[in-house]
Amino acid sequence: MISIQNIYKSYGNVPAVSDISLEVKKGELFGLIGPDGAGKTTLMRILMTLLIQDKGLATLNGLDVVKDYKKIRQIVGYMPGRFSLYSDLTVEENLNFFATVFQTTVAENYGLIRDIYVQIEPFKNRLAGKLSGGMKQKLALSCALIHKPEILILDEPTTGVDAVSRKEFWEMLKKLQQKGITILVSTPYMDEATLCNRVALMQKGKVLDVDTPQKLVENYSRKLYAIKSDDMHRLIQDIRSYEKTDSAFAFGQYLHVTGKDDEAEATEFENYLLKKDHSGLEVLDIPPSIEDVFMELLQDNE
Amino acid sequence: MKQFTGFLRKEFLHIFRDPRTMIIIFALPVIQLLLFGKVISTDIQNSKIAIRDESRDNTTREITAKLLSSGYFVPADELLPGDDVEEVFRKGKVKMVVTFGSNFEQNLERDGKADVQLLADASDPNTARILTSYASGIINDYVKKEKLQNLQLPHQINTEVRMLYNEGLKSVYMFVPGIMAMILMLISAMMTSISISKEKELGTMEVLLASPLKPIQIVLGKVTPYLLLSFINALTIILIGVFIFGVPIKGSFIFLMAESFLFIMMALSLGILISTIAPNQMAAMFISVLALMLPTILLSGFIFPIENMPAPLRILSHAMPPRWFIVIIKNIMLKGTGILFVWKETLILMLMTFVFIGLSIRTFKIRLE
Amino acid sequence: MQEKVIEVHDLVKKFGSFVANDHLNFEVYKGEIFGFLGANGAGKTTAMKILCGLSAPTSGKVKVAGFDICRETEKVKRTIGYMSQKFSLYEDLTISENIRFFSGIYGISPAERKAKQETLLRNLELGSAKDSLIGSLPLGWKQKLAFSVAIFHDPKIVFLDEPTGGVDPITRRKFWDLIYEAADRGITVFVTTHYMDEAEYCNRVSIMNNGRIEALDTPENLKKQFGAKNMDEVFLKIARNVE
Repeated sequence: MISIQNIYKSYGNVPAVSDISLEVKKGELFGLIGPDGAGKTTLMRILMTLLIQDKGLATLNGLDVVKDYKKIRQIVGYMPGRFSLYSDLTVEENLNFFATVFQTTVAENYGLIRDIYVQIEPFKNRLAGKLSGGMKQKLALSCALIHKPEILILDEPTTGVDAVSRKEFWEMLKKLQQKGITILVSTPYMDEATLCNRVALMQKGKVLDVDTPQKLVENYSRKLYAIKSDDMHRLIQDIRSYEKTDSAFAFGQYLHVTGKDDEAEATEFENYLLKKDHSGLEVLDIPPSIEDVFMELLQDNE
Repeated sequence: MKQFTGFLRKEFLHIFRDPRTMIIIFALPVIQLLLFGKVISTDIQNSKIAIRDESRDNTTREITAKLLSSGYFVPADELLPGDDVEEVFRKGKVKMVVTFGSNFEQNLERDGKADVQLLADASDPNTARILTSYASGIINDYVKKEKLQNLQLPHQINTEVRMLYNEGLKSVYMFVPGIMAMILMLISAMMTSISISKEKELGTMEVLLASPLKPIQIVLGKVTPYLLLSFINALTIILIGVFIFGVPIKGSFIFLMAESFLFIMMALSLGILISTIAPNQMAAMFISVLALMLPTILLSGFIFPIENMPAPLRILSHAMPPRWFIVIIKNIMLKGTGILFVWKETLILMLMTFVFIGLSIRTFKIRLE
Repeated sequence: MQEKVIEVHDLVKKFGSFVANDHLNFEVYKGEIFGFLGANGAGKTTAMKILCGLSAPTSGKVKVAGFDICRETEKVKRTIGYMSQKFSLYEDLTISENIRFFSGIYGISPAERKAKQETLLRNLELGSAKDSLIGSLPLGWKQKLAFSVAIFHDPKIVFLDEPTGGVDPITRRKFWDLIYEAADRGITVFVTTHYMDEAEYCNRVSIMNNGRIEALDTPENLKKQFGAKNMDEVFLKIARNVE
């Protein structure tokens, strides 16, 4: 449905996207995962026909992003990274405006947005600028869906939104996917990767890896330990100064640790830390999360 | 068409919901006009003058009486022959000193010649110029009418000055066209450029561009409300000018509105051009003020006569659209002329409009960069 | 008994009829990392503004670093540091110019500034970049610098408003290393975040909803209390219960 081949784009001398190739299948929920500056927004804007790539080819449903930009703008729904609705118009006025822009009416496509819109309907006469973060996001999604797009492109829709609203938002995306809409979504939150069918892990304009979240985790080859003690700060310092430690990063109340060449065993860490007088010590052998995978890829790339 | 009306409705909602925009559009024109017309008037009234009369004969007394009864001047202290004139000016109250030479009446009747000196405080050159010209006008008038007709002097050349089209030298005749140019420039160019760049700044332009709307639809949707509002403003200004300040419309009213329409189109296309360059509202405002408002005020001949400008500025003033517009409205309102006399100015404005539209189309982006 | 650096009793803040903070009561101890969580619009920002002396409470008693927030606002401001994602350093000034500016605000002598600046740059491994414009630095560096500048005058408390948005997971964790260090030096850290795993790095966490604090305890106890695997679940359960 979306095909990206060797896309390259730079601003001045700074490459924002370098040599990215991706395929998104019809009906897929595809995630671009990475921090600011990974090139997610640039890539999406190229697909949205808002930027022209320096090199490479990209098509949406067989339409070329440069030549067929008019047709693409008809079949794709887009939610940019910033809140981009009119804050001095009410919820209803915003929705009606975007409906007329796409030469349709709210009534005509109400079926598609009903589930989302009923949640904000009680506030339909409120100015969009006065909505809470979660509400704004629902309104923006409704506006992006108003013309029944085949493809939905969402640029960091959940950034800066609280955990509850984020969860609700992903539930809405799942429902839209069931209605046959292909969705490309970007996020800096690693934990959201598991909610996608497939993800591309991105950093500094490059794709580090593309796969299903399950495969990515399965392919992680390192031995990973979760270690915990009562004094987190001292634990970090002690582990980092241990000669058998490769990396140690905080994950919630645990520390995720890999050993040099994966030789160190759980017992070795435990013995070392006991010598350092750590109480409440816990050393577990654990499966990795997407975040562990991503961090491993980041380190390999540096 | 539905797309377009939808867009228009949105634009009007923006305008009506923003108090600042409403003030600029509806209150500013009236306030500006009243301010310039009433308060900052450069008309001379009741200026203090001092008289130094070294003859003290009938003629000088009569001239003095004429001066003081004209309404332009009021007497300050009378000066004695030995008084220091500079000291009088330094105190700052007296704007002009009129000195009659000795034996004024006698000289005048014998030779047809007599000395009168007008000393004006030229630290405010405009006022000084107006004061001296009023005073010499009154003196000449008196001398001609009352004295010279009784004398038979050969080779006398009379210069007769009459201020045509504005006999009272009322500055409001000048301000109404000037303010109209300024307000139309402000609302059409500045407000359009701000409203377009606002969409860029807030990121909504990104959504509009990514929609099937064509650039021309976006631009037309943005411009139409301001076209309407500017037109209403032009009407308001003319009505205030006519009914409150008594400025005449000697020419065709329809023609006047047609020319105003042309000027508004020019200003709108300039506004679009600015918005294609300006990345945000601040920049749009800055460019508008710097590139439009200041030149409109300073270089269009609205306040400072173009003839008195140094050559480079005079040449630059040709590029100022209001300059031509002011000439056109003055011609229509005050002289009652038609297209035959202002076709050149009209053509220049049309040309400018086409150039701005052409440039805007070339620079307006269908994408983000 | 630990030293209390923030004491809040019955704090109420109303905007018209809207109650943004509804009788908040909590204490924060010296050297603690205190997580201040809540949904968008739950009243976090309002409460944080009051604690920083930027906004006056409608009623209630608030003491920060032993000073009354209403009567001794200036003293409060001298003893706290503040960093937010939106504003922290001037993009068009260099690193050392920024440090000089903020030192000036807090009355740090030039000699002291020089010594401290050197340590700071060495610790962050930024020595060679001291004359680079902030705007030219990667986001991760900016955040670390902003934090270091916020605690440059050795405040008793530092307030961090979503300090780690938009950076990669490694950079985010390196930032937390700095927070731990500061807490170790006795600086109290008061932090808001949307990353639930970061909530677990805190000694204690409060969760706000609709202007009230619905839960306040160590992450460990909160998870037990709500029978949840992680803080994410705790957060969701609280939000859902209230609705």
